[in-house]
Amino acid sequence: MSIQTEIRSAPHIKGPRSVEQIMANVVYSLLPICAFFVYQYGISAAASILVVTASCLLAERAFVRTGTQAGSLSDFSATITGLLLALTLPPGFPLWMGAVAGVSAIALGKAIFGGIGFNVFNPALVGRAFVQAAFPAAIATYTPSFLPGRFTDFIPSSLAWPLMAPADTAAWLKAMHYDTLASASPLARWKFEGFVTPAWDLVTSLAGHMAVGPSPVLILFCGAYLAMRRFLDWRIPVAVLGSAGLSALVIYAIFGTKYPDPFFMLFSGGLVLGAVYMATDMATSPVTPRGMWLYGGLIGVLTVMIRYYSGLPEGVMYAILIANATTPLIERIAQPTPFGKGASIRARKSASYTLHPDYISREEASARTPKKRFLKNKPKKP
Amino acid sequence: MKLLSYFRGEAFQRGVHPPGCKHTADTPIRRLPFAPRLIVPLSQHIGRPSRPIVRVGEEVVRGQPIAEADGWLSVPQHAPATGVVEAIELRPSARGPWTECIVIRVYEASTQEVLWGTPQDIDAFPPQEIVLAVQRTGMVGLGGAAFPSHAKLTMPQGARVETLVVNGCECEPYLTCDHRVMVEHAHDLMTGIRHAMRATGARHAIIGVEDNKPEAAEAMRRALPPGGDIFVEKVPTKYPQGSEKMLITALFGIEVPSGKLPLSLGMVVNNVGTLAALGRLLPAGQGLVERVVTVTGPGVARPGDYRVPLGTPISFVLDYAGAPAQARQVILGGPMMGQSVASLDVPVTKGVSGVLVFRGEDMAGREGRRTYPCIKCGECVESCPMGLNPSTLGMLAAKREYDLMAEQFHLGDCFECGCCTWICPSNIPLVQQFRVAKQILREKAVA
Repeated sequence: MSIQTEIRSAPHIKGPRSVEQIMANVVYSLLPICAFFVYQYGISAAASILVVTASCLLAERAFVRTGTQAGSLSDFSATITGLLLALTLPPGFPLWMGAVAGVSAIALGKAIFGGIGFNVFNPALVGRAFVQAAFPAAIATYTPSFLPGRFTDFIPSSLAWPLMAPADTAAWLKAMHYDTLASASPLARWKFEGFVTPAWDLVTSLAGHMAVGPSPVLILFCGAYLAMRRFLDWRIPVAVLGSAGLSALVIYAIFGTKYPDPFFMLFSGGLVLGAVYMATDMATSPVTPRGMWLYGGLIGVLTVMIRYYSGLPEGVMYAILIANATTPLIERIAQPTPFGKGASIRARKSASYTLHPDYISREEASARTPKKRFLKNKPKKP
Repeated sequence: MKLLSYFRGEAFQRGVHPPGCKHTADTPIRRLPFAPRLIVPLSQHIGRPSRPIVRVGEEVVRGQPIAEADGWLSVPQHAPATGVVEAIELRPSARGPWTECIVIRVYEASTQEVLWGTPQDIDAFPPQEIVLAVQRTGMVGLGGAAFPSHAKLTMPQGARVETLVVNGCECEPYLTCDHRVMVEHAHDLMTGIRHAMRATGARHAIIGVEDNKPEAAEAMRRALPPGGDIFVEKVPTKYPQGSEKMLITALFGIEVPSGKLPLSLGMVVNNVGTLAALGRLLPAGQGLVERVVTVTGPGVARPGDYRVPLGTPISFVLDYAGAPAQARQVILGGPMMGQSVASLDVPVTKGVSGVLVFRGEDMAGREGRRTYPCIKCGECVESCPMGLNPSTLGMLAAKREYDLMAEQFHLGDCFECGCCTWICPSNIPLVQQFRVAKQILREKAVA
């Protein structure tokens, strides 16, 4: 028998997971959310999603082609950046500004660090932060959802010529006999008017004439799909929402009516979208489970602090960007405990692990857990 | 699914679930005929190589000792077939370097029955005598490590062993040799366990079987001797449960302290294959001349578990089992930790549990995969059974920060199970980098 054999280093088999598979699944899970967004805001939202994503893809293509960064278009990571960025922008955001956001997201958020895996900050949020600084008026201009005729007419500000200031949305709304107040986001209404939107309206996002993003329930549902298939780590959203809810609850309990209830805190603004899709960005979040809890907790607390005690109505973006920056520090203090080096081992070192004469097999009815066998007063055999 | 398992309470933390591929689990063990020439390496075990006690041209009988143990951490070798010693010379080994081997030309039509050896009454032996008898059989750990069994069964001064843990996990995909041994040789296994318990002074023995082998557990339960000091425990299937520390955690919920042996918890772990072979060899007073090897892989015409005479060249085994002509990779052991061989002239040794053949098309899927930079998904951290951080270790290895890896990131605890490489979506060769790092550190320590 003469076989031309090749030599490889073990392991000789490979698991099914791949970067493309993870990223493609994140894109699939984002599609229902995008559809809901379009359902809320009509063709303006659809155009915004298309333009922003296309500009992200083009920028990625250019940077990959010129060798500035690693990766390729087929890994879908730029698609995710584009979709997420579009979901965080107001639906009537001028399209040319959306293109600027997309390009800056990839250029400043990803390419200068070296591409996929190397980025320090979430690219979508870097893009949003860039346009928030560049076009503060346009990014604060929301329109109410479920306007009649949203599938036939663009919001006029969308179609602004490049480098031109957008049309006045307030005047357009007035012409359609809408109260301009309805176009403020619930967080801004609370911050500047003291009006707390009912939690149920926020959770479903289905009540009309409210400037809100896609339904938090839908986002949580899509996130749950990803978490079940392990395409995102469930610890981070749980930690973010938990710590934000807890700190809001504590502040609510102490100061009472001055601050809104924790439900408003959880479901308003972009907290759910940020917790499920932004904070869980793999490259910018810690690798270790313990680090994920710390990181998520930090985001939640920072969000509440920024929302309550700063001049900004919304704080999720900056909270996540700050937490991204602390990720290397968090990883430093939150390394996993190696097998056989845990504190429990040190504590139990003196104990003897001899098998008790009344050893109870795991498969017998009276046995509960393996650890029970080592308790002094263990259940007796029947 | 891992999300659920987090709450369910698993055998041991982390680990992975590669597809089982145990296609040969239901085929009984068959005998392999003698190859025309058998190559017996003098170093099939951890420790000093054996010293040959035969000369070229000498006739040997199957089962006759042909090399003696050189010191305590060494074992004798026995002639695997009746024939004549043709040469004592350097031959390639699976690991690469050429080692000294005794080449035996097998007499045609010689029987596979072992006639050498005098029966002995092990039950009358004191523990020290049993250990010596184990050494005389030339037994080493048949699970793959090939550590001399008598050394494992020897208790250091002052150590007390309560529990003998018998490792029947066989967590590697494709391999079924331990499974078949448990099903077919349960009584030999019980005899071996009894002798091992006497040698170590253990009062109990627990056989840990993964729950994907219910018929093995059933067969062993039926063979349990009266007395009730041997238990058969099923543990949830997971790789790498066959590692002794993982098995102890799965069975008892405790962790063996890092850098210590299970002995520090009063336990000794032995493989089922080893103990079943001991149960047969010890009373007969014979030596180890053959072992059960799983020959499998996609495209193999007659896959199965074969009782292979030690020293049979891999090419002969593959010819007999019908390896496909397009075979491109031959692996000794399992696919997760096995060794791929360069030359098919290397023999089956005591530590070879499987011969696995992959064709070109089986590897195409892996080779076509792109390698991405680490996207820090954390899958490797979630799968490392030793609780290390392979992601950070991998980045340090790329920067050649080997000392930092060892000092701060516990590189020394890595036992190269390969879970991180298996799971990595970016297709980064993590465990391969760690192997290189460990080797460089070893060479640094020597220099």
